[in-house]
Amino acid sequence: MRHRGQLALLAALCASLWTAPSLAVDNTPALPDPILQQRYLGLTHELRCVQCQNEALADSNVNLAADLRLEIHDMLLAGKSDEQIRDYLVARYGEFILFRPRMNWHNAWLWGAPGLMLLAGLGIAVRVMRKRSSLPITDDDEPGTTPAA
Amino acid sequence: MKRFLLPLGVFALLVIVLAAGIYNAPKNGSKEIVSPLLGKAAPQFRLPQLSAGGAQLENTTLLGGWHLVNVWGTWCPQCRVEHDTLLQIKSEGRVPIVGIDWKDEDSAAVAWLSEFGNPYAVVATDHEGRAAIDWGVYGAPESFLVNPQGIVVEKLIGAMTMEAWNSRFLPHLAAAPATAGAGT
Repeated sequence: MRHRGQLALLAALCASLWTAPSLAVDNTPALPDPILQQRYLGLTHELRCVQCQNEALADSNVNLAADLRLEIHDMLLAGKSDEQIRDYLVARYGEFILFRPRMNWHNAWLWGAPGLMLLAGLGIAVRVMRKRSSLPITDDDEPGTTPAA
Repeated sequence: MKRFLLPLGVFALLVIVLAAGIYNAPKNGSKEIVSPLLGKAAPQFRLPQLSAGGAQLENTTLLGGWHLVNVWGTWCPQCRVEHDTLLQIKSEGRVPIVGIDWKDEDSAAVAWLSEFGNPYAVVATDHEGRAAIDWGVYGAPESFLVNPQGIVVEKLIGAMTMEAWNSRFLPHLAAAPATAGAGT
């Protein structure tokens, strides 16, 4: 009998380990189609909670975030594309809601800057290499030697 | 000396850019979003009116006169802060205030209005919060000035103050011919 009591206790302890996942923030009902659910997770992770601005919609327990998650859930069920859903939210909350900003003339310089800097760096490197290669080879052991022109 | 000029110049430029970034950073750590709604037509809505026996309020109500649309809720502390300002704006009589009671209990809203006074010409109740999403609301209270053509011309996020009202909202009304709003 005592043995059985210990077993029950062990079972209860094990069972208590299973409760952790239910603490997740997002309690919007899961979508029936796993592909839709995948898209839902993608969208809620790349859209900002506008109220608590450094969190994604998926991670925020603010009321509004829950409403927006439900809205996205319903739009996915209604067959809207990811782009249509993003457009819907941008029309209401602005580009700021996108964690992955779109390219437009406003931020084009920001997108272009790395390329420009790379080109500038290459240009400088080529110039330095050309200059060096045109120098006469001097012996390293003789510091202060001026190259003959 | 001359060889330091370029690095120094780059450093100075960096200092200027970073300083500008710091000075332009939002004071309270979060950014006030410029509403994409400004200059556009107010969103469509059809909501039950507060304590009106099921009567609906639609955005056609907003046409034909200036309206101040105020999104509030009894759960929102800043709404209590701005309440007296709204009463004052109502008493000035320049523009009717249309309330959108956001995710609230009707009974709580009725009690609130009878206790603190009712600045609203009419109140619509948005229980599910869908209309608030269409208005791009993310932090109550929010106030929108809608012109007689139904275009949103100004928006304030946070508690309305007389300073904000006088400096940001009244000039729109002053520039336009004084027409009384349709109200209810």
